[in-house]
Amino acid sequence: MGKTLAEKIIAAHSEDKREVSAGDLVTVKTDVVMANDITAPIAIESFQAMGVDRVFDPDNLMLVPSHFAPNKDIKSAEQTRTLTIFAEDQHLKNRFQVGRAGIEHVVLPERGLVLPGDLVVGGDSHTCTYGALGALATGMGSTDIAFAMATGKTWLKVPDTMKFVYHGQPQNYVYGKDLILRTIGEITVDGALYRSMEFTGPAISGLSMSERLTMANMVIEAGGKCGFIPFDEVTQAYVEPRATRPYTPYFADDDATYISVHDFDLAGMEPQVACPYSPDNVHPISQIKPEKVDQVFIGSCTNGRFEDLAIVAELLQKTGREFDPNVRVMIIPGSQAVYLQALRAGWIELFTMAGGAVSVSTCGPCLGGHMGVLAGEEVCVSTSNRNFRGRMGHRDARVFLANPAIAAASAIMGRLAHPDEL
Amino acid sequence: MKFEGRVWKYGDNIDTDVIIPARYLVTTDPKTLAAHCMEDLDMAFAQKVLPGDVMVGGRNFGCGSSREHAPISIKGAGVSCIIAESFARIFFRNAINIGLPILESPEAAQEAEKDDVLTVDLAVGTITNHRTGKTYQASPYPPVVLGIIQAGGLIPYARNILGIQITG
Repeated sequence: MGKTLAEKIIAAHSEDKREVSAGDLVTVKTDVVMANDITAPIAIESFQAMGVDRVFDPDNLMLVPSHFAPNKDIKSAEQTRTLTIFAEDQHLKNRFQVGRAGIEHVVLPERGLVLPGDLVVGGDSHTCTYGALGALATGMGSTDIAFAMATGKTWLKVPDTMKFVYHGQPQNYVYGKDLILRTIGEITVDGALYRSMEFTGPAISGLSMSERLTMANMVIEAGGKCGFIPFDEVTQAYVEPRATRPYTPYFADDDATYISVHDFDLAGMEPQVACPYSPDNVHPISQIKPEKVDQVFIGSCTNGRFEDLAIVAELLQKTGREFDPNVRVMIIPGSQAVYLQALRAGWIELFTMAGGAVSVSTCGPCLGGHMGVLAGEEVCVSTSNRNFRGRMGHRDARVFLANPAIAAASAIMGRLAHPDEL
Repeated sequence: MKFEGRVWKYGDNIDTDVIIPARYLVTTDPKTLAAHCMEDLDMAFAQKVLPGDVMVGGRNFGCGSSREHAPISIKGAGVSCIIAESFARIFFRNAINIGLPILESPEAAQEAEKDDVLTVDLAVGTITNHRTGKTYQASPYPPVVLGIIQAGGLIPYARNILGIQITG
């Protein structure tokens, strides 16, 4: 019987390389283990409490200061310091210094440190992002990460897989972000609980790697364990010049068993927006009241890549407009490499001249950490992934999740807006 | 292991941002985290929770971020057990790993009301509601999870696997 991508990658990483099926409990070898400045401190404590001296694989443990980086206060500085000291003590091969790195889910694919066919566990729920490369990547908590740091292994339940098929020509200004928002809107925030999501169909083949990373990034917002965009020429073109080691792409069998198949006709689809306070409260932009906006955030592991900033730059160039002076517009490249690309393209100047605040790479405002925390009753349009109550600051702040074009148009108009209104 | 506690009842999709907002993730201290547990949803919780109380949620409890600070803050507040219709998967693993008992029972979760008193028998996975007199059987744990619970959490479980003896 045919196998899904999750079944194939888990089987290839299982201790005895045996065939596995959904529902099996399997101990698997991990290729990459990751944690950030919030999750690594507990992972390191747990690792030490396990009584282990050395990490299993110092070449493939990635400790990335991203959430409160650059350190926002003394306590976050102390947390980052535990990462730095541990990385030195354990002779970790890869370092992610502020100024040279950025958000883990932007940096790791960009540097070819996560690859197709990998099994990745990360102390961050958005670890599922790497599914865009055809890796099985899933978020875990710190103590699970400590176990993988110590043993190079983890246990997994082989997930059931939901297949999603996208076809048809949507309207302009529709991106991978809109596809995943619509999907979450339909299946809800626990629609893929414990499951793997395979994104397929002609509309997926046509997506850039940036848009694919955006889609896989939000698998967790449907409760998913992992998500996949099948390996193809787009994946290969992205990975080949970056890969730091050999890799093996896997492909789902045509006769694989799926627990459900979901067909999405995108014909005529508008940009989608998730309204407060849930990523599944999704509506087409035309059906949302054009509320006044206090802040716009363009960035995050969801939409902080070069192609995302390109959408904003093109809109500013095309319209010759500036951002509304009453709106705080935070534009935060997802990595320093993205920052440099944007700088060379002339966009840092363009964004700054338009009244935008461009910052060093950080997760910052996405989680209400720093660099744009919201006050009570403020309204924010954000390209990030979560709009839970209190997520970006005060519990009464209201966050609308959207693609970079909607965010940029809203920043220019001072209210929720579609680029066609400019 | 048997617990008896008073119910704090919450709804569906309780996310880890409301369990413990990111602004408090600059510490790993359970007591400090506990002082802010649930505050964006229910200011009374951190102030009035008593040791042994039981938290009851609906579907997809603990969705969102992977922050282990979420179950740590609940455990730090003295909660003995969480019962929900279903749990988000990262939260489920985190709670088990740090030794915070959690049970999945849609009926027990739906029928419990705030301030009900529940008795939870973890060994057999039963939940008894004192108000209604009804006893519920929770979903059984997968074998690996049971192994981690029996070891007292993932840290001692890992020591067993790695053959590490901790003395002193």
